[in-house]
Amino acid sequence: MTLVNEPVNRDQQKKKYCRFKKSGIKYVDYKNPDFLLKFVNEQGKLLPRRLTGTSLKYQKKVAQAVKRARHIALLPYVTDSLK
Amino acid sequence: MFFYLKCISLQPEIIKSLTMNNYETVFILNPVLSDEQMKDAVGSFEAVLKNNGAEVINVEKWGLKKLAYPIQHKSTGFYNLIEFKADTSLIKTLEVEFKRDEKVMRFLTIALNKHAIEYNEKRRKGAFNKSKKEEAAK
Repeated sequence: MTLVNEPVNRDQQKKKYCRFKKSGIKYVDYKNPDFLLKFVNEQGKLLPRRLTGTSLKYQKKVAQAVKRARHIALLPYVTDSLK
Repeated sequence: MFFYLKCISLQPEIIKSLTMNNYETVFILNPVLSDEQMKDAVGSFEAVLKNNGAEVINVEKWGLKKLAYPIQHKSTGFYNLIEFKADTSLIKTLEVEFKRDEKVMRFLTIALNKHAIEYNEKRRKGAFNKSKKEEAAK
C-alpha cells in the first residue's frame, strides 16, 4: 500500500458548462416554471453555481427569475416534494 | 433650467418617447369570479393603460391555474398577462389600481430590457411551446 493518491482520470470527468452561454439564451423567463425547475432542488431552493455550472452573469438572472416566479405563485417558496 | 423648460415645451413628443418603456404585468384574479367579472376586470386594467396613453402590445389569458402555494386561502387563480409600452409614471397609477381592486390576488410588473423584448416577440409568435401552454389552459 502506498501513500500516493490514486490518479484521477480527468478525461472521464465531464467539464461543466454554462447552458445559457452554450445555447445562446439571453433572457431567463420567469413565466416558464418548468425550465426554472432545473435550477432549484427538491425543496425549491436555488442550486449553487458549482452544481449547475451556470456562469455568474446568468446565475444572477436565474435567481431573479426564480424569485419572480415565486412571487406570482408559479414556484413555491418552500416545499418538500418538488421533483 | 430655463433652457430645459423650453425644450420640453417645444418638443413634448420627443421627451415623451424618451421616457417610454416596455413593461409587462402578470396578475392573478380571484378564482371565485364569473367569466364576465373576470373579463370586466381585465378590460378595466387595459382601459387604465389606454386612457393614460399607453400602447397595449399583447394580452394573454392563461386561464385557471393551480397556485404553487395558497394565496388568500385559495389554491387556484386566473392568470393574466399584459404587455405594454408606457410612460414610467403610469406604472404607479396601474399598481395603485391593482392594490385597490379586491379581485386581484397578486400582481407583478416588470420593465423589459432589449433581450426580454426580443424573447417576448418570439414567444408571441409561438416559437416556444406556447401552443402546449394554451391547450393546458383550455
